[in-house]
Amino acid sequence: MRLEPRPGERLDRGEELTFTFRRKEVRAFAGDTFGSALFASGRRIFSRSFKYHRPRGLLCCSGHCANCMMTVDGEPNVRVCVEPVRAGARVKPQNVRWWLNWDLMAVTDKVGGPFTPVGFYYRTMIRPRRAWPLFERFLRGAAGLGRVDKHAGRKRRFDTENRHVDVLVIGGGRSGVEAARQAQIRGEDVVLVDEGPEPVERWGFPVLWPARAIGIYEGNLVPVEHGSTLVRFRAKRIVVATGALEQPMLFPGNDLIGVMLPGAARRMIDLWSLKPGRRAVVIAGDERALAVADELAAAGVKVARVVDLRRTQPREIEAWGRYGRLESVTLDGQTIGCDLLLASGARQPAYSLLAQAGARVEYDSKRGIFVPRDLPPGIEAVGAVTGEVGKTAVPAATYNGAAKADKCFACVCEDVTDKDMKRALAEGFDSLELAKRYTTVTMGPCQGKLCHLPSIRLYARETETDEATIGTTTARPPWAPVSLGLLAGRPHEPAKRTSIHHRHKDLGARIMWTGAWRRPHSYGNPEAEAKAVHDSLGLIDVSTLGKLLVRGPDAAAFLERLYSNRFADLKVDRIRYGVLGTDGGRIMDDGTIARLGEELFYVTTTSTGADTVIEWFDWWNAVWGLGVETTNVTGALAAVNLAGPNARELLGRLTDLDVSNDALDYLDAKQAHVAGVPCLILRIGFVGELGYELHFPSPHGEYLWDTLLSEGADLGIRPFGLEPQRILRLEKQHILVGQDTDSESNLLEANMPWLVKWEKDDFVGKAALEHVRERGPREQLVGFELAKGLGSVPPEGGQIVVDGEPGGRVTSARWSPELGRPIGLAWVPPELAHEGAELTIKMNGGFETGRVRLKPFFDPDGGHLRS
Amino acid sequence: MSFLLPCPNCGPRDVNEFAYQGEITTRPAGSPTFRELTSYLYFRRNVAGVQREWWCHRLGCQAWFQAERDTRTNEVLLTEIPPPMRHEGAPGPEATPALGENPTL
Repeated sequence: MRLEPRPGERLDRGEELTFTFRRKEVRAFAGDTFGSALFASGRRIFSRSFKYHRPRGLLCCSGHCANCMMTVDGEPNVRVCVEPVRAGARVKPQNVRWWLNWDLMAVTDKVGGPFTPVGFYYRTMIRPRRAWPLFERFLRGAAGLGRVDKHAGRKRRFDTENRHVDVLVIGGGRSGVEAARQAQIRGEDVVLVDEGPEPVERWGFPVLWPARAIGIYEGNLVPVEHGSTLVRFRAKRIVVATGALEQPMLFPGNDLIGVMLPGAARRMIDLWSLKPGRRAVVIAGDERALAVADELAAAGVKVARVVDLRRTQPREIEAWGRYGRLESVTLDGQTIGCDLLLASGARQPAYSLLAQAGARVEYDSKRGIFVPRDLPPGIEAVGAVTGEVGKTAVPAATYNGAAKADKCFACVCEDVTDKDMKRALAEGFDSLELAKRYTTVTMGPCQGKLCHLPSIRLYARETETDEATIGTTTARPPWAPVSLGLLAGRPHEPAKRTSIHHRHKDLGARIMWTGAWRRPHSYGNPEAEAKAVHDSLGLIDVSTLGKLLVRGPDAAAFLERLYSNRFADLKVDRIRYGVLGTDGGRIMDDGTIARLGEELFYVTTTSTGADTVIEWFDWWNAVWGLGVETTNVTGALAAVNLAGPNARELLGRLTDLDVSNDALDYLDAKQAHVAGVPCLILRIGFVGELGYELHFPSPHGEYLWDTLLSEGADLGIRPFGLEPQRILRLEKQHILVGQDTDSESNLLEANMPWLVKWEKDDFVGKAALEHVRERGPREQLVGFELAKGLGSVPPEGGQIVVDGEPGGRVTSARWSPELGRPIGLAWVPPELAHEGAELTIKMNGGFETGRVRLKPFFDPDGGHLRS
Repeated sequence: MSFLLPCPNCGPRDVNEFAYQGEITTRPAGSPTFRELTSYLYFRRNVAGVQREWWCHRLGCQAWFQAERDTRTNEVLLTEIPPPMRHEGAPGPEATPALGENPTL
């Protein structure tokens, strides 16, 4: 089917390559597309339609319609008519049961008609309700496009590129190239993007080809798909030269293989030297389309009839075919045998990008097309897109056809027929915007390029109004289909690791995500690790804590305003716990604050809250303009917590500092060298035992970790992970912000009223807390324990049942090896928030009884902490 | 939103680099009534026009600054880091004169 070599063809006949189609080799020339090579090899059926599984062949040959979509090397929905051939590629048909030429699902086309009107599955497949998943699976399999291989590895890497230019020209036709040249002459920085398939004339300005502009967004932002790169153009001026698109005509059988747009035939001949058919009929409404008849003749196609719609309008057009292939066309009762029917109404300006940018779209009844008007500033249009498409005619033929006529498609992508549209109208969807949502017309892969105008015409005829009354639907990005990978860009899964991370891995830690951090869940035995902290000594990496220096003459005043408790009276070298609240009184974060000097505080935050807290501090600092500077030292400093009865013994071995209870008391902060490393030593007790948090420069992380472990070996030191830490803190009823509190929790109801210093003039959240105090608590956070020996633990989020109704919820629960029973924290109604109250907890498919405990389960008097 | 926002430190940047923190509000002083408190917390003017608002260059220099922006067109008329001020009193409207009424046009 290949013509003799012709001047201007895009083929390099000297270079042959092969790819496989359904495991069979197909030969192609360099310069071919997969589609042109398949057509040359004799293939006519390229796909099966979306719903009826009708065989479909090349229609637009310009990468717009869905008719040639195939799966190439695992990538679904590739339009093979414009996809350049690659040697060795594997091409497969899609949306097919069995085989393209013999699709089992084609039965829907033959017998399904009366049973499958638009939206049928929402009406007929709703009972029995439980069967919907089955129906859905069937429907998803039967309808649609290609499949994504969910198990495939990542084959392509997508990137995003940002470019700023003076002028961006979209479309590389004659007008686009001219606009770009003018801009270049004026010395402007200009880039032209063109989607192909025809190459762009080059004049020295940069051209991206093939590249598709996806839309025009606010601020003259134009994302452009260019291979595996999404280029985000910002242009001072955008010139849209997207041209005009031939529109399919409405007549029965208008989707048969062999019915094509005239431009498709022209491209097949010009670019790839293909003979599009043997005997052709041409029905066209403008000069450009009619000229194709001459090209057909020159290519050896017999032209049986040419109809110029500007002179004669056939009243009835019907295409007839067998096995989906065109065999004849009937024009007003006269049947003409043909295997190629080039039919096109007016060429419609491709105004979508302009409309997205804010242009108005107006119907030009004289030429039967919609044209863009009132372009917003910074947006220009040149060429055919402005409506300069020459003299055209509006096709007038009826699409109703004889009784036996084939289906007439308003939208080939989504298989929407004229009947579907009429039915939608009859059901009351009288606006095209509604009909679009109901029938999905214009919502397929072509995004309305080939079905928008025909569907407007159809609605205009059916409602006996005109196209101007029906109007267009809103143009939205994307203007062309775009792969999700391109929008997602390069996958970034940032992971934060502490400077001691590799030691944890060497010790066999199970690593888990906490926010962006990678942290040890445990080193294999959480309960034994927790026990080591109680019995001898444990070591945990807490480098993930947010760390912040607050410095300046107003530092104390600043913290007084941010926290509910006092910091002005905090003595140098002392530590105080604080909870950050919002002005709504809600708990935001917690941590310890150490006063290192009169004007210097060291603030720690939760691991996941660090960024939020630092932003929060800076914001209030900007609001108040106090004499304060904040410095984020989270990454600069590592931290470990040395906890357990033997902690003092080990610390004493490694430092010259007096670590006796009198010299370094509970909640003291001292700076000293530990094993030669300058450390800030914070004596605090999150896990309930004597403990020292050592904060020191990150680069020393592994060294100090190793030294502590080796020097403490005889003291029974054992590294512990997050999970044992969670058990230990729960034994102390220490809350975890975000786990035990949510966006509604406040200090009073979270059982920490002692942190609220009402005598302060003001602090963030004071007014809101006053109102909470006035209205009284609605719920309270309490500790609870279950029966000794009970082996299972209530689920986090589990219900507390009060009088048969959900009355509360469990936020944390663990089995405590120290206490030999499950313990936890829960939100309960205020009337249950007293020592010993009975809680009914839903768990294990039944209910268990727990008891409220308001004091820490372990060491309620804090003797261990202060020892 | 895809406009460019000029950071006072870094110059014009894609708006996606910034965190928007809403129009500038007036924090009630002393012991506000419940209604005063809730309108400060939850009610916004939602101006169709120029409003003054807080932004943070989260993915950049992390500075907090104020912008005057036309909410209808996203045209940014001005961005500035509010000048530092020293106050002895508790936060409140008198402590934040720069954060007073929205200059609504």
